[in-house]
Amino acid sequence: MAEAATDRLTPEKPGRVRTLVTPEGIDLRLVLADAGQRATAFLIDAAIIVGALVAATIVIAVSFLAFKGKPGEVLAILWLLVFFFLRNAYFIAFELRPGAATPGKRALGLRVASRDGRPLTADAIFARNAMREIEVYLPATFLLVRGGGVDGLIILSGLIWCCVFVFFPLFNRDRLRVGDLVAGTWVVRVPVRRLLPDLAAAGGRTTFAFTSAQIDAYGVKELHVLEDVIRRGSAPMVAEVAMRIRRKIGWTAGATESDWDFLSAYYAALRGRLESRLLFGHRRVDKYDIPGGASRPGGISP
Amino acid sequence: MAGQPLKSQRFRTEREADWARLDDHVRKVERSGPGSLSDAELLSIPVLYRAALSSLSVARATSLDHELIAYLESLCARAYFFVYGSRSTLADRAGRFFRADWPAAARALWRETMAAWLLMALGAIVAYALVRQDSDWFYAFIPSQMAGGRDPSATTAFLHSTLYDDRRQGLSVFATFLFTHNAQIALIAFALGFAFCIPTAFLMIVNGAMVGAMFALYAPRGLGWRLGGWLFIHGTTELYAVALAGAAGFRIGWALAFPGASARIDAVGKAGRQAAMLMFGVVLMLSVAGLLEGLGRQLIQSDLIRYAIAGFMASGWTAYLYWPRRGPSVGG
Repeated sequence: MAEAATDRLTPEKPGRVRTLVTPEGIDLRLVLADAGQRATAFLIDAAIIVGALVAATIVIAVSFLAFKGKPGEVLAILWLLVFFFLRNAYFIAFELRPGAATPGKRALGLRVASRDGRPLTADAIFARNAMREIEVYLPATFLLVRGGGVDGLIILSGLIWCCVFVFFPLFNRDRLRVGDLVAGTWVVRVPVRRLLPDLAAAGGRTTFAFTSAQIDAYGVKELHVLEDVIRRGSAPMVAEVAMRIRRKIGWTAGATESDWDFLSAYYAALRGRLESRLLFGHRRVDKYDIPGGASRPGGISP
Repeated sequence: MAGQPLKSQRFRTEREADWARLDDHVRKVERSGPGSLSDAELLSIPVLYRAALSSLSVARATSLDHELIAYLESLCARAYFFVYGSRSTLADRAGRFFRADWPAAARALWRETMAAWLLMALGAIVAYALVRQDSDWFYAFIPSQMAGGRDPSATTAFLHSTLYDDRRQGLSVFATFLFTHNAQIALIAFALGFAFCIPTAFLMIVNGAMVGAMFALYAPRGLGWRLGGWLFIHGTTELYAVALAGAAGFRIGWALAFPGASARIDAVGKAGRQAAMLMFGVVLMLSVAGLLEGLGRQLIQSDLIRYAIAGFMASGWTAYLYWPRRGPSVGG
């Protein structure tokens, strides 16, 4: 089957899955956010902060002009406090909420979690965000410094030093930034998913009669690739995969048979067969894992 | 293959409604907090969560519907974070912070705090000695935009006037500015501790040096006592806060360099949470210092009252943070 082409459709890479055993004894298999998702979430948040700051500045400037500069003192205090709170409290306030995510993180289905599986505490959130001071604001300051008697070489070495912190997440397995390290947190991906309809329901309604040998052609791995192709594959990919399966199992297409119907029906039949095997304690890993025959080393999982 | 549905299909149709209910409740909590749910809904979450978790376990063993398993994993994880998440309300948390956590964190970091004080004192003494020897050193310790004319070339009369006459137009604006500026510096001192304490130590010394250089400028002209009042009315609170911020930074850097018996990553995590607790207090202290500096110093012109406030604040903070008391120690 077109495995190389469908690889990108499988959502999670196994390298980013971490074990979290609940008190009920079930592993939730958390998926860590990757660097791209983290960066995107941060950029969204940064855009919101800058946008809010610009909006607040405009509002304050307009009211300053509207009141002929009389309440200037109050407005100046207001602006300083808005700036301070946007800079420091934005991340903390949002991550303290039950969702433990800023708007940027929420948009990408990310949230902050404690690395040891215990409740996320306020001090951890404070620690991870206070560290932004050296991860974000200090490098930004170095970038903004122009001249002012400061040696270019000093700015450069400052920038290099800052890069250690900025690119820190890329150099550890768990994609921790310095703040995560200090606070004992990490960022996991738990997107809000919609439960899509069961493919076996659609496939079960059609009338295809596969022989037992035809159904036995594939294992669990191929089933999951097939599921991905049916759910998310493009029309040419569906046609290609249908063609290959027909060839493999020796099926001649009827005159009015659509590729999608064929694949759904075959999916339902294959899943029925593999699941009934599963109930008898045998998980057929892939097509090379022949039931009753010489199995591949490590091919049978308990 | 038309005919009866698969076992996994029946399994799913029988439970789908419960999963959808859990999904809906958790979504509401994530969006607008637990207050948005009725009591009945809130009580149903743990039951639905355990049912979903059991479904996940069965589905992993018997179903090959990839989509279903991914959905249940995500749903169970979201529900888990709520069911086993933090229970305390913000008011509870704040109460515990002032009653126990902040003083406990300060006491736990007493060695680091002492180190920060010593480094500041060292900076002050060295700067004082250097400026007394050669007044050009003054410019090395105090940036010209901060000095505002208060440098070795100024007349004694001018220096005297700076201590009493700087009644500014916007006192409260100035106070706010001082608070935000100092809080940012303290946060940097904390965060820089991560680089094995060195930049934090440097910041402590520089901070002390600025005080020392100012004294070296004023003291020879007989203004030392008056400068003390001007500086310490807010300075006791501010230097206290800076020392605590430095201590928080040292704790992290020290845990990173010498993790002791635990793994480095765990040691840093524990130190970080403890130090963060202290930092929250530091920001509060700096807001008090900002008010004292921006308002108190401009409105109170008497040296004695200035010293009285300075002494009161210093002993107040010390008593609050270090007075022995019973209670749970700070923890993660």
